[in-house]
Amino acid sequence: MAETSSGGLEIHPMDQFTVVPLFGDGTLQWYSPSNVTLWMALALLCTLLFLVVGTRKRAKIPDRFQMVAELVFMFVRNMVQEVAGRDALRYFPLIMTAFMFVMFSNVLGLLPMSFTTTSHIAVTASMALTVFISVTVLGFVKHGLGFLGLFWISAAPLPLRPVLAVIELMSYFVRPVSHSIRLAGNMMAGHAMIKVFAAFAGVLGVGAVVPVVAIAAVYALELLVAFIQAYVFTILTCVYLRDALHPQH
Amino acid sequence: MEGNLETMGALIGAGLACTGMGGAAIGVGHVAGNYLSGALRNPSAAASQTAMLFIGIAFAEAFGIFSFLVALLLMFAL
Repeated sequence: MAETSSGGLEIHPMDQFTVVPLFGDGTLQWYSPSNVTLWMALALLCTLLFLVVGTRKRAKIPDRFQMVAELVFMFVRNMVQEVAGRDALRYFPLIMTAFMFVMFSNVLGLLPMSFTTTSHIAVTASMALTVFISVTVLGFVKHGLGFLGLFWISAAPLPLRPVLAVIELMSYFVRPVSHSIRLAGNMMAGHAMIKVFAAFAGVLGVGAVVPVVAIAAVYALELLVAFIQAYVFTILTCVYLRDALHPQH
Repeated sequence: MEGNLETMGALIGAGLACTGMGGAAIGVGHVAGNYLSGALRNPSAAASQTAMLFIGIAFAEAFGIFSFLVALLLMFAL
């Protein structure tokens, strides 16, 4: 499609999502380090720097860096406790890891010329499937066949229960789909939108006041979306965890 | 003008799937608006329910995402 548009607007908003290898001539093997690997490693590095350096001194009176690290830690911890219950705090490390990784991937993707790892469904689907499979296994380990009570709603009248069971079963298996595509779709759409506005600014040249102002506004919105999507991803993980730990409604 | 009819139909269908976005927009607006009206009636209970607000928005948004999924399937998987 790109070849046909000669002249006029040259906008390629989806080019930023192509996976290219870092070294070599562009052929992608399963072992070749690509820009996905690079930006995932950077997200990991940022998480490490943020939490390890932030809490290294463990001062009684925290400095600013430690305060922010503790703020994020307590934010996720309170979320797990409120949504999934006190006994879910055993699984807090998994949820904290997911939150930090998704948040830093989203925010790093906002840097110019960077690559958003969470805009790829392959990345988010593997995270969502990890959550889905581990939560399902956990439910069966904790409750045995009683976990199926999640689909058999005892509060509903008896003739309605088989119908509701089918609906609940379907919504259960659709969970990893919506869980992963929500994150990937939001990231992809937002970044493509920024690129489209940026192309408008490039075409208009010096007089491009309106597109530049629009980019600034959209960029601020995207920063908000990056945080909110990380929050939504983790809070849904907490909701699924609660269903596994307490399947009776 | 070239290209086959099947691709044209798939692309038109992918465009039509965008109308699902409107439904998700209505749903998200409904959740957020009702949260706000509830929060203004009883501000002391509002802070404890923000988690429910985001869960509700996420579930309402899920059905807009399914239309996006249909568009993707039409464009790339057909």
